[in-house]
Amino acid sequence: MSKRSDMTETKNWSGQTLVTADHMLFEAPRTKHFMTGSEVLKEAVKRCTVDASVSYPITPQSEAAHLIGELWAEGYVGVYFRGENEFGVMSEVAGCAMAGARTITTTSGPGTLRAMENFAQWSGTRIPCQLILMARGINSPLTIQPDNLEVSYMLETGCQIWYAENVQELFDMSIAAFVVAEKPDVHVPIITVVDGFFVSHTRESVMLPEDDIALFPYDPYKAPLPPIDSETPPGRFLRDPFVMKSNYISYAAHASWQWEIRSAVERSVPYAKHYLKGLVHVTGDADAEIAFIACGTASYQAKEANRELSKLGIKSKVIKLRTIRPFPEAELLEALKGVKTAFVPEFNVVGWLEKDVKRALYGKCDTEIVGGPRVAGGMSMPAEAILREVMEKLNSGKGA
Amino acid sequence: MGTHIYKINPEFRDIMPKEIIDLEENATWSDTTDKRGIKELPETKELLEEHSLCAGCPEAAALRYVLAALPKPEDTVIVNSTGCTSLMFPHIALHTVHSLFGNQNAVATGIKRVLDWRFPDIEKDVVVLAGDGATVDIGLDYTLQSFFRQENITTICFDNEVYANTGGQESGATPKGQVFKMAPTGKKFEKVKMWELAVTSGCHYSMNMTASAPKAVAKAVREAIFVARYLGPTFLNIYTPCILEIGLNANEGLREMKEQDKERFAAFKFVSPEAEELLAKLKEEGRL
Ligand SMILES: Cc1ncc(C[n+]2csc(CCOP(=O)(O)OP(=O)(O)O)c2C)c(N)n1
Ligand code: SF4
Ligand SMILES: [Mg+2]
Repeated sequence: MSKRSDMTETKNWSGQTLVTADHMLFEAPRTKHFMTGSEVLKEAVKRCTVDASVSYPITPQSEAAHLIGELWAEGYVGVYFRGENEFGVMSEVAGCAMAGARTITTTSGPGTLRAMENFAQWSGTRIPCQLILMARGINSPLTIQPDNLEVSYMLETGCQIWYAENVQELFDMSIAAFVVAEKPDVHVPIITVVDGFFVSHTRESVMLPEDDIALFPYDPYKAPLPPIDSETPPGRFLRDPFVMKSNYISYAAHASWQWEIRSAVERSVPYAKHYLKGLVHVTGDADAEIAFIACGTASYQAKEANRELSKLGIKSKVIKLRTIRPFPEAELLEALKGVKTAFVPEFNVVGWLEKDVKRALYGKCDTEIVGGPRVAGGMSMPAEAILREVMEKLNSGKGA
Repeated sequence: MGTHIYKINPEFRDIMPKEIIDLEENATWSDTTDKRGIKELPETKELLEEHSLCAGCPEAAALRYVLAALPKPEDTVIVNSTGCTSLMFPHIALHTVHSLFGNQNAVATGIKRVLDWRFPDIEKDVVVLAGDGATVDIGLDYTLQSFFRQENITTICFDNEVYANTGGQESGATPKGQVFKMAPTGKKFEKVKMWELAVTSGCHYSMNMTASAPKAVAKAVREAIFVARYLGPTFLNIYTPCILEIGLNANEGLREMKEQDKERFAAFKFVSPEAEELLAKLKEEGRL
């Protein structure tokens, strides 16, 4: 096992050369590999000088969690163990992060819902931990298939939420996520979502920097709340604590703290823009009157639909949202200029992204938003399903 | 960290509240005294400033004993849960955590593991302090699992045999037959013997006691923390009656605890052979 004290000015405890996120993400030479989302996450964590990770099995994220365990056994990760269940794991993650560790965990579907109370606690505690959410359906009936309904439960937890489309994005995003979450003026947890199986289990070619470099370690003394390590004066020695007092100050303290958490998420925008090269990525025909607004795998399928529509002489564009919290309202409005109809294809039955899009755009733009197509429970979203939605709209009443 | 974190910047000294100056001048730490303990309470600055519990609540007295007994307060983190105890936590002059109701041993696990990772050469003690509802009911899983995993944590349950903070509901630690809210015809099952579960779940040191005798509480706390630091999990179940819910006056808590010394809280003490050995050695070295 490694020792944290083995770290020097230039090398981390496993002997990797310390580099900035800019170097890691934009400058270091890369070579081509062929791997799954789970495998690429191991490669990302390996390059992030991660202090701690806590795991619990659930399909489809288990393999990613196993691989982080291997990194611990190889000396790259400082602390690693299996927790008792996801509620326990997320509390253990909170403890690790409070004590000053760069911390990561992974879960899916039922695990996310089991742990729910923790996510608001995470943001309220201003810990910059990272959760990799490999989205899977929620019971009942029992399902292990890809479906991202669980993301809707996370939207108002006060955590940042990013959505990666593919294996490459998962690698780059999960590295950038630590860096943005740990910015002192942000310092709220970050959830990096991918669609389970479609990304976790699909092998794709990816470009990776060498593994002899790693991010500089997390410095907990730059945090807006000092770490719980008895190394700084305790800040909570209060004569008149507001906790549970029924008075205006206690209400105001709680309310303003919640505003502050949401503001912190918004303050991540310039950093996220830099490291993700934009909160939205737009592809297709710039002057199209038809657009698809999507995240994750749905945006991949939308790009497929865009190609099919081109063959029919119909222009369209795909607006891929890379961050969900903060919601990229300004970028989306910009991308929708000239668009008459925008479709929101989703992997869930409720259409949480459609609702979020409509809420953000209400009164600010004339584009008609059409929620669909929606597939769920593990069904795939063939480009034809998206085309059918478009054709029905274009030829309404006349059939697709 | 040394106690220098409690030193006041001279520039700000004139605007510091008295309790902060007292803390600097008159509190005891591991480097100012060999054996902190109850005997110091009258003369030294306590680590608990005030508290907002009911007048005469034995939880407050018990917390004072616990804090007076910490072997190394300047490197001790206390993890709390929701409940009456959490009303005292903001008054403690140490790093403390309140996270959620019931997750205390899970949070403490994360903290302890990372402190050991970040500070391999400094002894950092992590102590959990929570009510019976938090320990025995909603948080039982996390309490026991931390014992199974052999976490180096001391878990202290302030057992008042009721959910006090929410207004007096029956808990797993309530004795059978007791009428409380949510058990309007009396509790149907026996009081959970958490101190026995602690032993079968891997604790090296487990006690059931009341807070009637301050020195006994302090001794147990000190021993439990040393055993947790060097061996593995330890557990203290301490009766701190909710005088409000059982209809006692502010001055009747002590009598109630003394009575229970012979009843439900008749002394139970388990010390594993390794812990025995360790404690004997510490005693020889003058640390106990
Ligand atoms: C998840 C959750 N469920 C319920 C509560 C409500 N609650 C707060 S304190 C408390 C009682 C605590 O009882 P105990 O742990 O015995 O501590 P005491 O107040 O008796 O000292 C309860 C039920 C909560 N805060 N969170
Ligand atoms: S309600 Fe009971 S346990 Fe809570 S402070 Fe009052 S006497 Fe103590
Ligand atoms: Mg209680």
